[in-house]
Amino acid sequence: MGRYKWLVPTIYIVFLMLPIYWLLNMSFKTTNEILGTFSLWPREFTLENYRTIFTDPTWYNGYFNSLAYVLVNMVISVLVALPAAYAFSRYRFLGDKHLFFWLLTNRMAPPAVFALPFFQLYSAIGLFDTHFAVALAHCLFNIPLAVWILEGFMSGVPKELDETAYIDGYSFGRFFVKIFIPTITAGIGVAAFFCFMFSWVELLLAKTLTSVAAKPIAATMTRTASTAGYELGLLAAAGSLTIIPGAIVIYFVRNYIARGFALGRV
Amino acid sequence: MSSKTTNQKAWFFVLPVVLLVAFNAIIPLMTVVNYSVQETFGDNVFFWEGVTWFEQVLNSSRFHDSLKRQFLFTGIILAIEVPLGIAIALAMPRRGPWVSVCLVLMALPLLIPWNVVGAMWNIFALPDIGLLGRTINAMGIDYNFTQQPVGAWFTTVLMDVWHWTSLVVLLCYAGLCSIPDDYYQAARIDGAGAWAVFRYIQLPKMKRVLTIAILLRFMDSFMIYTEPFVLTGGGPGNSTTFLSIDLVKIALGQFDLGPAAAMSLIYFLIILLVSWVFYTLMMRNEDQ
Repeated sequence: MGRYKWLVPTIYIVFLMLPIYWLLNMSFKTTNEILGTFSLWPREFTLENYRTIFTDPTWYNGYFNSLAYVLVNMVISVLVALPAAYAFSRYRFLGDKHLFFWLLTNRMAPPAVFALPFFQLYSAIGLFDTHFAVALAHCLFNIPLAVWILEGFMSGVPKELDETAYIDGYSFGRFFVKIFIPTITAGIGVAAFFCFMFSWVELLLAKTLTSVAAKPIAATMTRTASTAGYELGLLAAAGSLTIIPGAIVIYFVRNYIARGFALGRV
Repeated sequence: MSSKTTNQKAWFFVLPVVLLVAFNAIIPLMTVVNYSVQETFGDNVFFWEGVTWFEQVLNSSRFHDSLKRQFLFTGIILAIEVPLGIAIALAMPRRGPWVSVCLVLMALPLLIPWNVVGAMWNIFALPDIGLLGRTINAMGIDYNFTQQPVGAWFTTVLMDVWHWTSLVVLLCYAGLCSIPDDYYQAARIDGAGAWAVFRYIQLPKMKRVLTIAILLRFMDSFMIYTEPFVLTGGGPGNSTTFLSIDLVKIALGQFDLGPAAAMSLIYFLIILLVSWVFYTLMMRNEDQ
């Protein structure tokens, strides 16, 4: 039995790749071929679907919009989570445990519950249909997660590091930037990865908070699908392209993934 | 843990986080609470309604049905994803070049936007143009998820297993990697079988990450919206209308703000309550 162990992950990965392959397959087909024939690979190989996406601003702007708010969200979340996580991992203060739990409860709030109030809130402060609105809204679930991950990694750093630095005459600010942050780069990478992941895949809030100027690629897809009829090839090409940023990000953090998924607390 | 020093100034460190999250959490939540106790006919004119909406939601068969479907769905996917995730994590290579390959490929579904996941499975499972749909029909089973409730459930569950089992795998794998080799050697010397190694070494070591995995999977599957919405639209009929889909239908489709707000609060409380009970139970077990 031990000899055939490798079969289990292999079969699982094949299962994971099948729908992705099918999406890619569709993206290289013409609409006629998709609807007319059933084939395991494109018979009339075409790049037309991709050409449409790269030449039509309503399509490619969707990618820029999505990447813009995801990156802004990632930067905000990690920057504000760093000092907070440090406080939670090093100090005891009034209400610390309750505060930590309250932060985590926001991870449990269904976005569907917040869709309408978010729309009203961000309209009222004049941020509706901006990248910043989506970036801020995604902070609701990304900041608690970033604090949670970073706190786990920081608790793994011995407190002696802090004390030695103070004895050596470092001020808190210099210690934090010059010594502490470099020691937890892995943690920051993992936290940024998770912020990227949950902001990139979320659609309900991103769609509710935008109309034209900041419309994410995912929303462009659903609207095109419903208005322009049955352009499956185009839809498949757009979908295939949304996989790429995620794949690049995973490649960069591949060595930390296992530890990162355990939120640094194994 | 004991090395923490008391320092009330630490509040300044957490202040930005508190302000940002409070802005996003408390103002919208108060809006929801506000709607849940009032009736409006537009023009910002509100009438006090007390707990009418809560009674209406709690007594409506529509809410009961969505809630039952939601619990059934969450139960099914937890029953599949958790054991499957553990099994795959156990079978994964522990070192060597294949580790990275496995991890990267397995993490891929987690980073695909949720509506693309729905659209991808739609294309994959359609009986006329989809690979899965064609294959099942070619085996002589009549399958069309756009018309059969059973087919729709099967497809939605399979999609979720495809989408999220990797999360359980990666978490469990992280737990397994933290077990020192000495433990296995000691077990071998004692003549422990594979089951004994799993039961007394691997499972206890995975307990923490499994708690995180089950909690995350419970919360996220309970909030599921985009994937089934794109895949089935909640249909056929209402057969895959889960709580979030129903809520959005009431709030943005029919614009019944009062009932929608009351339902939101009940919904949120259920998640909080179940998560808290589960968390407390797991932690109590850990203390023993």
